Amino acid sequence: MTTLVGTTRAGFNRGGVELLQFLRDRTALIFTFGFPALLLLLFGTIFADDYEHPGLSAARVFSASMIAYGIVSTSFITMGVGIATDREDGTLKRLRATPITATAYFIGKLVLVGALAAAEVLVLLAVGVFVFDVPMPTDAHRWFTFGWLFLLSVTACGLLGIAASSLVRSARTAGAVLNVPVVALQFLSGVFIHPITQLPGWMITLASIFPVKWMAQGFRSVFLPDSAVPLEAGGAWEPGRTALVLLAWCVIGAVLCLATFRWTNRGDA
Amino acid sequence: MLSGMTAIEVHGLRKSYGSRAAVAGIDLRVPHGEIFALLGPNGAGKTTTAEILEGHRRRDAGEVRVLGADPATAGRDWRARIGIVLQSANDVADLTVAEAVRHIGGLYPRSRGAAEVIGLVGLEDRARSRVRTLSGGQRRRLDVALGIIGRPEVLFLDEPTTGFDPEARRQFWDLVRTLAAEGTTILLTTHYLDEAEALADRLAVIAGGVIVAEGTPAALGGRATAGTTVSWEGPDGRRSELTTDTGAVIARLSAAGTDLNTLTVTRPSLEDIYLNLIGAAK
Repeated sequence: MTTLVGTTRAGFNRGGVELLQFLRDRTALIFTFGFPALLLLLFGTIFADDYEHPGLSAARVFSASMIAYGIVSTSFITMGVGIATDREDGTLKRLRATPITATAYFIGKLVLVGALAAAEVLVLLAVGVFVFDVPMPTDAHRWFTFGWLFLLSVTACGLLGIAASSLVRSARTAGAVLNVPVVALQFLSGVFIHPITQLPGWMITLASIFPVKWMAQGFRSVFLPDSAVPLEAGGAWEPGRTALVLLAWCVIGAVLCLATFRWTNRGDA
Repeated sequence: MLSGMTAIEVHGLRKSYGSRAAVAGIDLRVPHGEIFALLGPNGAGKTTTAEILEGHRRRDAGEVRVLGADPATAGRDWRARIGIVLQSANDVADLTVAEAVRHIGGLYPRSRGAAEVIGLVGLEDRARSRVRTLSGGQRRRLDVALGIIGRPEVLFLDEPTTGFDPEARRQFWDLVRTLAAEGTTILLTTHYLDEAEALADRLAVIAGGVIVAEGTPAALGGRATAGTTVSWEGPDGRRSELTTDTGAVIARLSAAGTDLNTLTVTRPSLEDIYLNLIGAAK
């Protein structure tokens, strides 16, 4: 018997092709990368007034928090829309006919959204540094936090995007449908509204169930001085709890995507 | 029980969508290396049957074996040995032809070379073109390339030549014959009679979810023994007569002094037989 192509190799084969296809679709490219950066420019300019806290400005706070939105938009939305499109244009049917595993297909998608999210973060940081003079942290500890936070965020959002794609009926509506919870969560989670303590208590409690609040808080802990801690809901950066919540969402996402992923359109199988 | 020795074996296959039976009890046996055509009008159950055999659709009842395995539960080893040419796909649109072929080829354990496959389907000139710029017929040829890249032992061709110009169809038929000569078993669904006649070793006509006739193209539906239609110019105008003894009719006409220069003798075409079968099934 001939040896089948391994899942990892097929997954990276998919990842390369996913990236190539995404880069060639200029509209998707410009909007995916441009939108969070545009929001950052708008928020940072409109709310330019300085906080009473030393070394803190609205632009600086938004530069940190908006990274959470950038990751959600590149991983969750791109994943959900991408799978709905793959289901519609025959990509999944084509792959289903080959010996590829579903896991290899997911790896390909995660490679794509990982690369997109990394590029998005770079764009947002560039806006922060060059437009709003946000100083980059110099100690290794903060960059270490940034590293695990980025990986857990992309994985959790990507897996949830796979799961969410099964709720979407068509690629045409996928973007609109998936953006509703995403934008709502940005308001609840202290990304668009800061400090989050302005929100009613029940909203903060609700937001604390979902990953975005923890992602935004985590990125603020990387890029804001420790003097900004009192502006957080818990009055602390809470890195341990952040890691636990995001890890839990990775597990939930993985379980949901195994339970709900379909190779074909509803009713076909 | 099905033996699993033949390439494709189907017994009592049924599939309904809601209350409508798309496939209402089908039996098939396709030996290794045969080109078998499923012929029928749109909605007859061809594609449903093909999709069940491909493992893309679940069946309600019946036994199915393709290469000895049940497509509903067969694993990756099995999928490495079958090839499917999809009926309508718009995927890989932003890749070039060569990139798409290499990518899909990379998922199979013993694939053909990309250049070889692109040559087989006659797309050498478009190898570096983006797939979205291909014409309809070229796109279908790419679908065929992607279906055969893994060296399948059984190949499913669902309406493969829709949108082909006549020359491309001839080339495609040659390709199918080449694949068959290499030992590939081919299940072809089509509503083109000339295609079935040109390619198939055997064919089955499917209508209303059941097989109404099965045989070689030459003998389908009693075509070989159906007799001939003799027609001639008689004193009261054009006359014709269906007969199984053509010689006797001609001898009679000759003896009666009929002008034999006006005589035509025709055997039923595959189309006549087919339309009869489809008509009777309605």
